[in-house]
Amino acid sequence: MAEAAGDIIAAPRQDGAPGLWGPMLRRLTADRGALLAAVLLLAIALACAAAPLYAVHVAQTDPFHSNINGEITIDGVQRPVIEANTEGLGLGQTPIGPTGRAQYLLGADSQGRDVAARLLYGGRASLLISAVATLLGMLLGGTLGIVAGYFGGVADAVLSRLLDVLWAFPVYLLAISMSIVAVGSGLHLGPLVIESSNPLLPALIIGLVGVPYVARPMRAQVRALRKSEFVLAAIGFGVPTPRILRVDILPNVSGTLLVLAPLLMAINMLTESALSFLSIGVQPPAASWGTIIQDGLALLYTRPLVALAPGVTIMLTVLSLNLLGEALRDALDPRLARRR
Amino acid sequence: MVVQQRRRGPLAGRWVVLIVAALAGDALATSPAPNDPHRGGTLRVLAGSGAGTIDPQVNYTLQFANLYQSVYDGLLAYKKAPGAEAFTIVPDLADAIPKPDNGGKRYVFKLRSGIKFSNGREVTVTDVAASMRRLFKVSSPTSGTFYNRIVGAEACISTPTTCTLAGGVVADTKAGTVTFNLSEPDSEFMDKLAFPHAVILPADAPSKDVGVAPIAGTGPYQIVSYDPKKQLKLTRNPHFKLWSADAQPDGYVDEVNFDFGLSDEDQTTAVANGQADWKYDPVPADRLPEVSQKYPKQLHISPLTALYYLAMNTRLAPFDNPKVRQAVNLALDRNAVVKIYGGPRLATPACQVLPPGIAGHEPYCPWTKNPGKAWSAPDLDRARQLVKESGTAGMKVTVISSDVAVEKQMGIYLQSLLQDLGYDATVKSMSANVQFNYIQNTQNKVQISVTSWFQDYPAAADFLNVLFSCASFREGSDSSVNISGLCDNGLETDLQRALATGVTDPNAAAAQWAAIDRKVTDSAAVAVMFNPKRLDFVSKRLGNYTFGAQFYFIYAMAWVK
Repeated sequence: MAEAAGDIIAAPRQDGAPGLWGPMLRRLTADRGALLAAVLLLAIALACAAAPLYAVHVAQTDPFHSNINGEITIDGVQRPVIEANTEGLGLGQTPIGPTGRAQYLLGADSQGRDVAARLLYGGRASLLISAVATLLGMLLGGTLGIVAGYFGGVADAVLSRLLDVLWAFPVYLLAISMSIVAVGSGLHLGPLVIESSNPLLPALIIGLVGVPYVARPMRAQVRALRKSEFVLAAIGFGVPTPRILRVDILPNVSGTLLVLAPLLMAINMLTESALSFLSIGVQPPAASWGTIIQDGLALLYTRPLVALAPGVTIMLTVLSLNLLGEALRDALDPRLARRR
Repeated sequence: MVVQQRRRGPLAGRWVVLIVAALAGDALATSPAPNDPHRGGTLRVLAGSGAGTIDPQVNYTLQFANLYQSVYDGLLAYKKAPGAEAFTIVPDLADAIPKPDNGGKRYVFKLRSGIKFSNGREVTVTDVAASMRRLFKVSSPTSGTFYNRIVGAEACISTPTTCTLAGGVVADTKAGTVTFNLSEPDSEFMDKLAFPHAVILPADAPSKDVGVAPIAGTGPYQIVSYDPKKQLKLTRNPHFKLWSADAQPDGYVDEVNFDFGLSDEDQTTAVANGQADWKYDPVPADRLPEVSQKYPKQLHISPLTALYYLAMNTRLAPFDNPKVRQAVNLALDRNAVVKIYGGPRLATPACQVLPPGIAGHEPYCPWTKNPGKAWSAPDLDRARQLVKESGTAGMKVTVISSDVAVEKQMGIYLQSLLQDLGYDATVKSMSANVQFNYIQNTQNKVQISVTSWFQDYPAAADFLNVLFSCASFREGSDSSVNISGLCDNGLETDLQRALATGVTDPNAAAAQWAAIDRKVTDSAAVAVMFNPKRLDFVSKRLGNYTFGAQFYFIYAMAWVK
């Protein structure tokens, strides 16, 4: 009986039918904007992944070590990494600007550290944190949305109110509040201890803040699916709930999850940068794009590139993620693309 | 000459200073005549924000101490004069500085007559006694530390609302005198009476923190409005008549507007453009080369009797081990932190607690490559050896700094240095509003922190006794300014001896303070980094800029016409 029910439910995806993913991939690869975004994202991710190689073999520097009294040889001339101003009253010190060479390609920051190397290391942290936060948000939000939407009743009421409460807080306010508490002494949940310097901490906070963004659309879609004929039929045939969720619900919401993922990651990246900029995200000596912008804030007049470089990389990454998300949505729903 | 004598001890040549000051009087001072062509106009001042309550007996910030100097008067005042001359105490509302009797425990002040508050009422000895009582009633932050030797003070501290100071401050309306009786001699009592918390206010001033409602004062200016987010406005006190240009010169400008809300960067731009005359906040580090090059004539650099230092918790690992503290002291590249602060024109590397200009300062630096009088270079090899001997390498260390740009950078540098020494170091920066209290509280288990100390008044005790005495260490309190938790019986005896010596023999006391300074420096409880200098950026039109070492820029002496 259960087999028969499975056959009936599986009817929309008969053998030989194109399925969901094949046409989607074809539409996606035909979208030049999406391709460009994917290539750019991949290039940024690869460059950031290669940060240790760049630091050791190209820049030959430790980007986490202060080098305030360091020197660099340019065209046979030794120059201090942080140069004293000699004009006027001789006040102030300025880090060396972009050298156009392997060492200090984008110049130095206030600690005499190589900005280019820190940019790559910072990218690793920013990408990793936003990716982990996205994964966490998708898992938690997806699960809560499916449970609330499918079971309805008390479960829906409780979970929806919980999400309403989370939703009621402005994203940044909630993230900042949680971060301020956690940055002081880390997170202590019974045997689980996450220290404030652990990048998992901002990832966890950002992931939690992002849960309603996933759970709400999931719940709405699952509620609609719950009333669809093939789900009602499956229930009527006595198919166990876990199987219905796995075979009928999840495949039908996976497209939405897929579209949400890059968009949520873009939001998470901005949130991470904001927290780190406010000194409540990634903690020194680790770097993220947000902390580098913060470092550069004190150098805006003399070395604007220190803040601009991570700003531009954040912009490019978020733009790529948004383009990719939109392209995925269009690829999954070609009617929507045609309407636009 | 007077100033040079003053530098040798907290009270070195104090009586000579006072007599010379009284004799020289107004002849040495600058105060505008009624028909002075520079008189008039509005001085426009910028600051990031107000500094909290406007109550002069409650507020404990340098920003408002600077403001109060031309609004309020005490019985005594620091001379409104350039440089270290501003450390000289002169009679203000009192007509002279009395010599103590009763073994240094009794002072009788005679009040000048004819001085009026800005509300038109004449200042009487009743106001003086009431002001001293009010100091306790509003729980002034220094009531328990500066004024606790006045007879009756203990009762006032425990129950402020019923404070009478009976027998401690006695006003004689007929004789026009006020008598202070102390429970024990206090060599710094004159400094404390010249401090803003001891200003004289009308007897009917509310016995609570007035918040943003100004209280009438006796100086050349009166506060007419205060909104901590927008503006503080001063106008001329219509009842002010010059009585001592040393203590309280008349002001040149008619009005002073303190505007709040602009960032450091915007303040700098406003002064550069002539839209403001002076900014209280420092010039941001990245604007220094620009202002240095474009506006050299509008910049004023003045040394401060202050220090930036690393406080190491002598009660927490790894800094409970003296070898680790010595290693940090030896490894610390003071040139690097001076660079972070803005360069050698704005700070001088230092190893010892007492800054130059404070009596008892004798150049001393054991924490350098070639120990002697001055710091020359870090000694990393010796530092690493000490860490190795301590067996603490690999331990986790967290550096706490404030989020003020330069202090945050110092924290990051220190974290890097500790990594170099073999520790697993991290750095946390927190809001400057909470950091200073946070690092004091032992419950927060702060191992090492970046902090600074600016004198309340120019005495060695304000550094050594305040920062390193057992009395300044309070477990679990946000007000435990002995941050390193050093409480040594031998040192305590030395401190008490020097304080006692200061009452009768200031020169001998100075020598004792110098020895204590060396002892504290040798203990390596702190790693002193540098003595900062103050950079003031003023508008092109501002003239007669005067910097007093005690309360900094004396705005009453500046003109804009």
